[in-house]
Amino acid sequence: MNPPALALRRINWFHYASPQTFLPVAGTLVPWFAWAAAAFCAAGLYTGFFVAPTDHQQGEVYRIIFIHVPAAWMSMFIYLVMALWAGVGLAFNTRLSGMMASALAPTGALFTVIALWTGSMWGKPTWGAWWVWDARLTSELILLFLYFGFMALHAAIDDPRRADRAAAVLALVGVVNVPIIYFSVKWWNTLHQGASVGLTAAPAMAATMFAGMILMAFAAWMYTIAVSLHRVRSIIFERKRDADRTVQYAKGLRQ
Amino acid sequence: MLAILRSAIHRDLLLAWRRRSDVATAALFFMIVVSLFPLGLGPDPELLRRIAPGVIWVAALLASMLSLNRMFSSDLVDGVLEQMLISPMPLALIVLARVFAHWLISGVPLVAIAPLLALQLGLAPDLLVVLVGSLALGTPILSLIGAIGAALTLDLRGGGVLLALLVLPLYVPVLIIGSGALESAAAGQSAQPHLLLLTALLILAAVFAPWAIAAALRISVE
Repeated sequence: MNPPALALRRINWFHYASPQTFLPVAGTLVPWFAWAAAAFCAAGLYTGFFVAPTDHQQGEVYRIIFIHVPAAWMSMFIYLVMALWAGVGLAFNTRLSGMMASALAPTGALFTVIALWTGSMWGKPTWGAWWVWDARLTSELILLFLYFGFMALHAAIDDPRRADRAAAVLALVGVVNVPIIYFSVKWWNTLHQGASVGLTAAPAMAATMFAGMILMAFAAWMYTIAVSLHRVRSIIFERKRDADRTVQYAKGLRQ
Repeated sequence: MLAILRSAIHRDLLLAWRRRSDVATAALFFMIVVSLFPLGLGPDPELLRRIAPGVIWVAALLASMLSLNRMFSSDLVDGVLEQMLISPMPLALIVLARVFAHWLISGVPLVAIAPLLALQLGLAPDLLVVLVGSLALGTPILSLIGAIGAALTLDLRGGGVLLALLVLPLYVPVLIIGSGALESAAAGQSAQPHLLLLTALLILAAVFAPWAIAAALRISVE
């Protein structure tokens, strides 16, 4: 038998997988991450708009990258994290994982929209068109559709457990497809039109530009964590409220 | 084991034969969608010849999606689906047989009609082999991916539109590679790389999709 000290020290990985124990932890963490997001955002925007030099080719227009690039990074990364939680939820049957996945989806979709929106605002003055069927734009658009599909499937199923698990299967199918979609779109793009716009041939970046972008990326991370924790709390509360109502209703029937 | 697979396929084919009009509807839809493009774009033969691969492939995508909705829903109503779930046979294997039957019913007619529509749009006759080959390799992938969506949206309100939303983004690689095969053949290059990629996708989908379909069915029926 294990000595008691050792047994105590053994980590229970599933301790915080229960919504009840996770709820207060998430509640204390949310303000910290929110303030960190605000601080990083302020520092990043200041660096981006006042410290970083004007680009000698693109002028001031390039400053959209301080929002555009972190948003594009997050849009792809959140899908991976979402699929990871979905897989954990299916494998270990933990309720919180499904909630985490559905809490991440709207933020991921938001960053995808921001990336597309700012990209098109940058594209108009630089390329002369709001939209180009470039490989990156197209695969980002399809990523947006994948987020919408995930959220629509989750919303269409009334039973929250079934919704979590069905959406989890979809997220896993999606994550297997994302690289296939990306490479097929890239291939399609090179097949159909010559490289009219050189996205990859970016000039070497000034250190302050890079710093501004990294600060904004941290801000996006902190924001995502704060918002998704907050959303998980709301989901826990909502499901508890529904359960409480059912109990009340059942009591009412018995009287 | 093979007997059960054969009986699953036989049952689906028999059901389809008894309801022949359902099969014809998807094929007619395919023909009508393709005929809409010349009406919308004008009868310029040069333009039609250029867009023919894409038009035929997009129409095939939409037509193969039509019958997905019914793939498992009648089985849910009459209890066959529950029998599938509790059967000692691996569910993934039964599902693979069902998907194969679905492809025979909904995919093969599209492959058969496509050359006719391609000639209407003025595609060069020597490209028809590539067209039939790419569709024959691509439509089973559509059935496999579509079945995942059908299993996930089983018995949901607004299932049809939701199914389209889930499945169409996942169809993108098949569309790109399938119509790409024709494009490169039309440009005088070899279509072989595209067809090989389609084969690779087909193998990948045939190996992994049945597991996802089986998991989705278990979630939906519980």
